[in-house]
Amino acid sequence: MTRLVSIALLLSLVALLSSCSQRQEQGVVLKFWAMGREGEVVTALIPEFERTHPGVRVEVQQLPWTAAHEKLLTAFAGEVMPDVFQLGNTWIPELEVLNALAPLDGYVAASAVVRQDDYFPGIWDTNVVNGRLWGLPWYVDTRVMFYRQDMLKRAGFNTPPQTWAGWMKAMTAIKRMVGPDNYAILLPSDEFEPLLALALQQDEPLLRNGDRYGNFRSAGFQRSLQLYADMYAQKLAPLNRITNVYHEFGMGYVSFYISGPWNMGEFKRRLPAEQQDKWMTAILPGPAGPAASVAGGSSLVLAASSRHKTEAWQLIEYLSRTDSMARFNELTGDLPPRRSNWTLPKLAQDVYARAFAQQFERVRPTPKVPEWEQIATEMRLVAERVTHGELTVAQAAELLDAKADHILEKRRWMLARKEAR
Amino acid sequence: MNSQRAAWCFVAPALLVISVFFFLPVLAALIMSLTDFDIYALADLRNLRFVGLRNYIQLLQTPLFWQALGNTLYFVVVGVPLSIAASLGAALLLHSRLTWFKGLFRTAFFAPVVTSLVAVAVIWRYLLHTRYGMINYGLQELGIPAIDWLNDPQWAMPAIILFAVWKNFGYNMIIFLAGLQSIPEDLYEAAGLDGAGTWQQFRFVTWPMLGPTLLMVSILSMTGYFQLFAEPYVMTQGGPVQSTVSVLYFMYEQGFKWWNLGAASAVAFVLFAIMFGVTLLQLRFAKGGEV
Repeated sequence: MTRLVSIALLLSLVALLSSCSQRQEQGVVLKFWAMGREGEVVTALIPEFERTHPGVRVEVQQLPWTAAHEKLLTAFAGEVMPDVFQLGNTWIPELEVLNALAPLDGYVAASAVVRQDDYFPGIWDTNVVNGRLWGLPWYVDTRVMFYRQDMLKRAGFNTPPQTWAGWMKAMTAIKRMVGPDNYAILLPSDEFEPLLALALQQDEPLLRNGDRYGNFRSAGFQRSLQLYADMYAQKLAPLNRITNVYHEFGMGYVSFYISGPWNMGEFKRRLPAEQQDKWMTAILPGPAGPAASVAGGSSLVLAASSRHKTEAWQLIEYLSRTDSMARFNELTGDLPPRRSNWTLPKLAQDVYARAFAQQFERVRPTPKVPEWEQIATEMRLVAERVTHGELTVAQAAELLDAKADHILEKRRWMLARKEAR
Repeated sequence: MNSQRAAWCFVAPALLVISVFFFLPVLAALIMSLTDFDIYALADLRNLRFVGLRNYIQLLQTPLFWQALGNTLYFVVVGVPLSIAASLGAALLLHSRLTWFKGLFRTAFFAPVVTSLVAVAVIWRYLLHTRYGMINYGLQELGIPAIDWLNDPQWAMPAIILFAVWKNFGYNMIIFLAGLQSIPEDLYEAAGLDGAGTWQQFRFVTWPMLGPTLLMVSILSMTGYFQLFAEPYVMTQGGPVQSTVSVLYFMYEQGFKWWNLGAASAVAFVLFAIMFGVTLLQLRFAKGGEV
């Protein structure tokens, strides 16, 4: 008797559940995942897309950046990937290895909207892995120099430094001026990007032999690390962490700061009015003149598992239109990856954005292996030990190569097996 | 026989759930720890290699693992006694007949346990700030130079211990309080009649009567403290110079940041073995003490 009751209960439960899932949706529903602020703001662009594409509905889900990587891999493992998603462009190699992405070359070739020559080449390149295009740049990100014009002037320099030597000279002069309790440059120890930007300015690649081994013992990388270490050794950069960068920058605790586009908005908002004409941005100094920086940002990608690829591509194409990008820039402050957007008044007249426009023409992608982020983290940790005086530059380079080689072991095995076949 | 079957019927659902959600995953993790499961294996299972004990051997050759183990032991060895002392002290204070506003203090001491760790960590980061933090301000008033708490490799772990002890002592305090309240009052009366003072009453009545409670609290705290993760994750991200990387933090990075699930499972089993060993030692020590 009890068994009968439980079977009946079970059956009714099954019926209830299936009736839920069987509800018919009208037309196509696209699942779109976007991270952080972009995820909030992009919803404002969706109604226009839905209006021009009747029968297609877009469901936007926001992921916090800190959980995005985990969530994407879990979604992949659980086979519940969205149709379209935002992807940090350094994560593309990893999802490409998983076969989670659909190549976009065919769509781009047939598109009247997307033109490769309109994109900054270094940013476009981050989306190309193994000769195929896996994502379309959505917004770009790099690191430039934020600096205090007035401090530089007081130290006797009218223009921002363009070479490493000039940079060190300017920083030394500022340090002499501000005394032992203040510094010349802020290099946050929890970020690998400043050192990475310097390393990307070198001719040698960061990995060698088809990205099978680390190449940190190269003279170029050691030069970059030496410069970085010198800034600490000569007390130009503070070792302790800072909680409020804007306050410290305004106070003159530091006069240089390598950072990204989001800080343009923050500096405008957080520095008092009388300091607004005192800060400026400049392209990063290089070994001999203005040089490369990191190619960051996010791309829009199409999931290989999507059952609505045509509509999904239409969404990507719509978001890549110059007018959508201009609107997106207005809403988020994120910088557009298409050169044609940079002639629009809002960006062309922004003095702070000018350095970014120059820098984007000189950005370089990082090695395109899934293990890169782990290697970059090791690079940061080793550099931290150098700045604390635990390692010399040469020791650090050797250690870093050993770590990179270890991390890349599986990759070497995979490649060797592929070649044997 | 019939009652035995009934017993099994009652236990079976729970056993089933435990085996599906506990024993099976543990077994799977054990098997995984013998493979090099990583992002490539997630893409295609043919990229999975059975590596035997290589994960374990490599783990034992990884300097960062030893450093993480050292950091964790430091945290346990300093943190557990401190935490027990603080919670016992607070419990004695609250149990004392002389204390006023017991309810208020009990709530105040227990509040950190139930507050979100992330929220209080943010506040502690402000308290510990090198130049504007209240703690350094207090120290400077006393003539002690400011300490760069969270950025000095020497001080980061003490700062985290301080924070963890403050966060957790209320929990043990409640257990101690229950233990204290279960000690019969006549024992104190008898001791008082024999001329025992406050200290002697504590030494010869309270302390031995609290024995089992103390053992339980020390095992609970020890296992809890070995699993240090959230505090460094929120406060320092393992820095500076990896001085606050704990074993669990190391495992998290291997498993969920770099997706080396094989290696991460090996870390979990090594940590389990260590905790199991230490608990056995504690139990043996307690038994020896009783004889």
